[in-house]
Amino acid sequence: MAKRKERIDRGIKVRSESIYALASWEEIAYLVGPRSLLIGGMLLMPLILLNSPYWGRVFLSVCIFACLAIAFDFLANVVGLVCLGGAFFYGVGSYASAIINTKLGLPPLLSIPLGTVSGAVICTALIYPCLPLRGIYFAIVTLMYPLLMTRVIEAADIFGGTEGFRGIDGFGSPIIESYALVAVLLLGLFALRRFLAEDPGLVIRAVKENDQSVRASGISVAWIKTQAVFIASLFGCFAGAYYVHMYKNVGISSFALDLSIMPIAAAVIGGTGLIGALIGAILLVPLSEFLRDFGTLRIVVYSLVLMGFVIFRSEGLMNYAVRKYQQFERWVEV
Amino acid sequence: MAPMIEVRGLSKHFGGVKALEQVSFDINKGDIFGIIGPNGSGKTTLINCLTGFLKPTSGTVRYLDRDITGLAPHKVARMGIARTFQIMRPYFSMPAYKNLVIPLFSPRARKIGGWRGGGKHGDRNTVAIDILEELGFERDSRVPFKTAGTLPTGYLKRLELGRCLALRPDVIICDEVFSGLSASEIASLIPLLRKLHEQGITLLMVEHRLKELFSLTNRVMALSYGEKITEGDSADVIEHPKVREAYLGSEESV
Repeated sequence: MAKRKERIDRGIKVRSESIYALASWEEIAYLVGPRSLLIGGMLLMPLILLNSPYWGRVFLSVCIFACLAIAFDFLANVVGLVCLGGAFFYGVGSYASAIINTKLGLPPLLSIPLGTVSGAVICTALIYPCLPLRGIYFAIVTLMYPLLMTRVIEAADIFGGTEGFRGIDGFGSPIIESYALVAVLLLGLFALRRFLAEDPGLVIRAVKENDQSVRASGISVAWIKTQAVFIASLFGCFAGAYYVHMYKNVGISSFALDLSIMPIAAAVIGGTGLIGALIGAILLVPLSEFLRDFGTLRIVVYSLVLMGFVIFRSEGLMNYAVRKYQQFERWVEV
Repeated sequence: MAPMIEVRGLSKHFGGVKALEQVSFDINKGDIFGIIGPNGSGKTTLINCLTGFLKPTSGTVRYLDRDITGLAPHKVARMGIARTFQIMRPYFSMPAYKNLVIPLFSPRARKIGGWRGGGKHGDRNTVAIDILEELGFERDSRVPFKTAGTLPTGYLKRLELGRCLALRPDVIICDEVFSGLSASEIASLIPLLRKLHEQGITLLMVEHRLKELFSLTNRVMALSYGEKITEGDSADVIEHPKVREAYLGSEESV
C-alpha cells in the first residue's frame, strides 16, 4: 500500500491566528513563547556571560555576524539582490565610525550612529551603478567591492594604510557595550520584519517576485533597490562601526573575505526570514570558536557542517523549526 | 484635435533582424484601436517600444503632444499609459488584492488617490478590493483574498487589467488579453473592456482573436514582418490581399 506524508496545521496554530487568539493562556503562550524566548535570551545573555569575558566577546561577535547575516538575507531573499560583499558594508562602517571618533573627537555613542548612516550613504552611492545588474553578475561585482577597497587603501596609503589606526575610544562599561549592540540588533531586526509585513514593504518584495510588473506600475525599480541597499548597508555599517569601538582599532582586515562569507553561511543555516539569519549566527559563531581546538582542520569540519545543511536541510533551521512547531505530520494511505 | 498617441516611423532592429520597420499610426482619445498580425509580426515589440520596455532604433512616439520615445517604463506608466503582459505577470505569492496595492504606491496613484495627505478614498486595500470587484472578483466568495498563484487564467487576465486600473490610466495597452481563454471567459471579458472604454479609457488592443476583437472595434491596423500593411475599417482590413497573404499564405504557394 503506497503511503505519503501529510502535513496538517496544529489546532492551536489555527485558533491563535484568529481573533480569539487571546482566549486562553495556552494560546497566548503558544504565540508569544518562541519570540520571548529569543528576545529574553538575547537580553539576558550579556548578564549571564558577565564573568567570562571571552564568551562575552563571542556573544558580541554573534550579534555582529547576525547584523551582517540579516543584511545578506534581506537583500538576497527579500529584494533578490545576492550581495556577496557584506564585508564592504562592514569595512566602510568601521572606517567611517573610526574617522568620526578620532578626527572629530565624538564619543562612541555618537560616532556609531553617525558612522552607520554616513557609511550607509557611501555604500549605497558606490553600489548604485551596479543595481541594473542581475543575479550572478551583481553577486560577482559586489564580491569585488571589499577586495577593491583593501587594495585602494594599501596602494594609496590612505586611512592609515596597511596599519590602520588605533586609539579609538571604547565604551567604558561592559554593560553599555553589550546592550548597545543587543538592543540595536533586536530593534533593527523586528522593525525590518514589521516594515516588510506592511504594505510599503510589499513593494520591496514585489521587486524580487516580478520587477517588470513593478516597472509597468509606475514605480522605479532602481529607486526601490537603492532604498533596499541603504537599509541593508545600515545593518552592515552598524556592525562595523560597533566593532571598531569594541576592539579600539581598525585596519584593512575590516574588509576580509570571512566577513562576507560567514554571514552568508549563517543565513543559509538559519534559513530565510531574517530571524533565521540571527539563529544561524547564534549557532555558527560559537561553533567556529569550539572548532579552534581542531587547528587547521577547523575549516574542514566547518565546511562539512555547511554542506550537510545545504544538502539535508536546505530550507534552513528556522523554517524547519517553524514547520514542526505549527504542523504535525502523519502517514496516510493513498 | 491632435491625436492622443502619435507614432511616426518607429523601427526596432535586433542586430540584423528588423522586428519593426517604419511603423506610423495615430490613436485618438476614446478610441479602441486594434493591432493584428500573425506570430512574429512585431506586435509585442511595438508595445514594448511604446511603453519604454524597449528603446526603439529610430522613430518617435508622442503622447499628449509630449515626446515619450525611449522614456523609462515607470515614467511612461506615470503619464497614464498602463499595459498588460501577454505572459501574465502577477505577484504569484501575494493575495490577489495585494497585487493592486503595489501600483497604488506609484506617484501617479498617490496623487490621484490622495494618499499623500491621508487618503480620501479609503485605504489602499479597500480601493484595491473595490477595483477587483468591478472586474468580477466576487468579494462574497473571497476571490480577491486568494493567493494569485492559485487563480485560474481568466482571473489572472483580469488581475492584469486591475493592475492597470489601479494606476488610473488614460490609456490601457492590452497585449493579447484573449489568448489562452475559453469562449465563455472571453464572453465575460468583452463587456468589461467595453465598460472601461465607456469610462473614458482609450484602449489599444493587440490581438490574435480577430472575431472577438472586431466585436469591440472596427479601427484596426495590420502588421506583418514588422511592417504596417494597412489600417482602417476591420472589414476592409480583413479583405486586404496582403493581410490574407500574411495569415493564410499567398495563392501562388498553395
